[in-house]
Amino acid sequence: MEKSFDALIDKEQFEFEYNPIEEKMLLNFGPSHPATHGTLRLVMELDGEVVVKVSPELGYLHHGFEKLGEHRTYNQVVTITDRMNYVSPLNNNFSYILAVEKLFGIEVSERVQYFRMILAELSRIGDHLVCMGTQGVDLGAYTPFLYLWKEREKIYYLFEIISGTRLTVSYARIGGVPRDRDEIPPIFFRQLDDYLENFGATLAEVDRLLTRNKIWLNRTKDVGVISKEDVFQYGLTGPVMRASGVEWDIRVAEPYSLYETVDFEIPVGDAGDVYDRYLVRMEEMRQSIKIIRQALEKMPPGEMNVDSDTKVMLPKKEAVYNSIEGLIHQFEIIMTNRGPRTGKGEAYVPTESPNGELSFYVISNGGNGPYRFRVRPPSFYNYQILPKILEGRLLSDTVAIMSSLNIVAGEMDR
Amino acid sequence: MTQTGNIILDVVIIVIKIVIVLGVNLTIVAYLTLAERRVSAFMQDRLGPNRVGPAGLLQPIADGIKFFTKEEIIPAQSSKLIYLMAPSFVLFPAFLTYAVIPVGPTFSAWGYSFQMEIANLNIGILYILALTSFVVYGVVLAGWSSNSKYPLIGGLRSAAQMISYELPLGLSIIGVLMIVGSLRLSEIVNFQTHLLWGFLPRWNVVLQPLGFLIFLIAAFAESNRLPFDMAEAEPELVGGYHTEYGSMKFASFMLGEYAGMITSAALMTTLFFGGWDFPWVNESALGVWGILLAVIAFSLKTGFFLFLYLWVRWTLPRFRYDQLMRLGWKILLPLALVNIVVTAIVMAFLA
Repeated sequence: MEKSFDALIDKEQFEFEYNPIEEKMLLNFGPSHPATHGTLRLVMELDGEVVVKVSPELGYLHHGFEKLGEHRTYNQVVTITDRMNYVSPLNNNFSYILAVEKLFGIEVSERVQYFRMILAELSRIGDHLVCMGTQGVDLGAYTPFLYLWKEREKIYYLFEIISGTRLTVSYARIGGVPRDRDEIPPIFFRQLDDYLENFGATLAEVDRLLTRNKIWLNRTKDVGVISKEDVFQYGLTGPVMRASGVEWDIRVAEPYSLYETVDFEIPVGDAGDVYDRYLVRMEEMRQSIKIIRQALEKMPPGEMNVDSDTKVMLPKKEAVYNSIEGLIHQFEIIMTNRGPRTGKGEAYVPTESPNGELSFYVISNGGNGPYRFRVRPPSFYNYQILPKILEGRLLSDTVAIMSSLNIVAGEMDR
Repeated sequence: MTQTGNIILDVVIIVIKIVIVLGVNLTIVAYLTLAERRVSAFMQDRLGPNRVGPAGLLQPIADGIKFFTKEEIIPAQSSKLIYLMAPSFVLFPAFLTYAVIPVGPTFSAWGYSFQMEIANLNIGILYILALTSFVVYGVVLAGWSSNSKYPLIGGLRSAAQMISYELPLGLSIIGVLMIVGSLRLSEIVNFQTHLLWGFLPRWNVVLQPLGFLIFLIAAFAESNRLPFDMAEAEPELVGGYHTEYGSMKFASFMLGEYAGMITSAALMTTLFFGGWDFPWVNESALGVWGILLAVIAFSLKTGFFLFLYLWVRWTLPRFRYDQLMRLGWKILLPLALVNIVVTAIVMAFLA
């Protein structure tokens, strides 16, 4: 039995001294496994149920996004960023476009900034909903998962109203939002108000089902503990970091997109275990609701996108149809080998994505697209701690810990 | 068993009973799978299967056809004989246990005395315990013969879990047996038809609340369902012991699981909730209507426990393996022993 299956695993690669006499089992966890929620692979050495050694292997969902981006214009790259963290694509869009706007030296209107903030926070809620839902499924609580999924469905509906797509929204352009649209459809705000009203009820329901559930506490408390030192050693960010007691949020520390004008709290845990990460995510969703409410109040009326004189935004349709300058301008933006250009330069804007610090380092060579861009994917860094907190735990804890780190393979492997 | 004095007639009656019991139970098992999906859908704001037939009522038949027509896959490296035998180890014991469960009082008609169970064994409970512990062989052998790692872990977990929970399961019944003084299920039910202090039905759950609680938890664990589904634990072990099984062999495991659920629901009813007894009514005096009332009472009680199974499954998260063992050995087992001692002391004082 051992021979046939283990022959498929290259043992040299995983630094195992595999010895069948010691009665340890080499278990291939993934890349296709119900708990990996994507394509992660762990090769584990088991002593009974106890995990002795873990070797994570990356790259099963490698798309070569960074290389793909080199052959696209600045605006086209937005569609690639959608596919990285496919659970919260808007955060990726905005993170990338902020770097590009810094590169171009463009200041977008307050209206757009607040609108982006609303969408980014909705997206954050969606990401946390998925994370907590799948965590529930992994620990056997299927019903809360569907309650949360339903809420996420409503967020997708909101995205569909404004962008026409549910998942790969690509809702960012240099200087504003796609389409010449100063008026956000009023139904969006009506639905959003409705959503903000009713969201708390679902969270309360999940609270009742899980937060004080004895089995849930047993499964999550003191499991996968990450100390403060480890947070700094491994460069962890996001809810994983905050659950370990580090009060740091880029939205507060280095505000972007007018986050300094809204008032919210940073939820912080202290134990750094799976349960604290769960609580931090729960609280972050409530804070996001708070941010959205404030942004809705503060959002000024008026023009959305930057003026088309800046040569990055499409001109108004009247100009295109009625004047030759407008038509040429339209062609200059959308035709192949054209598009907005800027001089040589580099830009980096750290942003707080649902999983942690997500940012794009964009280098311009004067062309119509990035010469090179590099992503700092939070999942990649958060994944590195996994072997350390997994070793010595039981096989069942593997799924609890993995889902609490919220690793999105598309983002990690890029 | 029946008292007709005519062997041929006895055999005919028993065969008819077997056919009825098996037919009814197979139908219930089939519709329990539908009920599970519809009830879970109801709990989760979904619709569930509602396309096949009116309100999805033909869904189990469609599932059956699907399972029978699926490709038969036997892993090349499995131990084929054991691999093929394992599902029947799970399926058949579950159905055999129905033989001793009484669904109504004995009644006389046309000069004969009929019993509402197939066999009125004097060791009824032992028979059931013996058969249900057979299930663990099916699970372990399935896990082992698949020759794959996840099923192996699932099978081993299941073996440990079922053996650990057999003990509290068996011990929790002893209180009842001490009070009733018989292993015969019909006598246990007859004992419960009387009233306590003139108004309270003398059901064993009133006399043995702790025993019932332990039995309930242990029976849940025996059924291998959430929150105790260590052996399957989909996110951890892919599919547990039946990962490598497909088509009807997989369906056999599922049927066995649901049949086991019915067994333990019926057993809970019989042992602790008065069986076919409808409180404050003397069924034996009502003739055929009494029998009907008894069967309905039994079905309702069993149906409630089946619903409880579904309810719990779709509400609670899963235990971890070591926590499950701790619960079994360190909490349930001592409690069951305490229950026996307390029962004995109280009985000694009352005697």
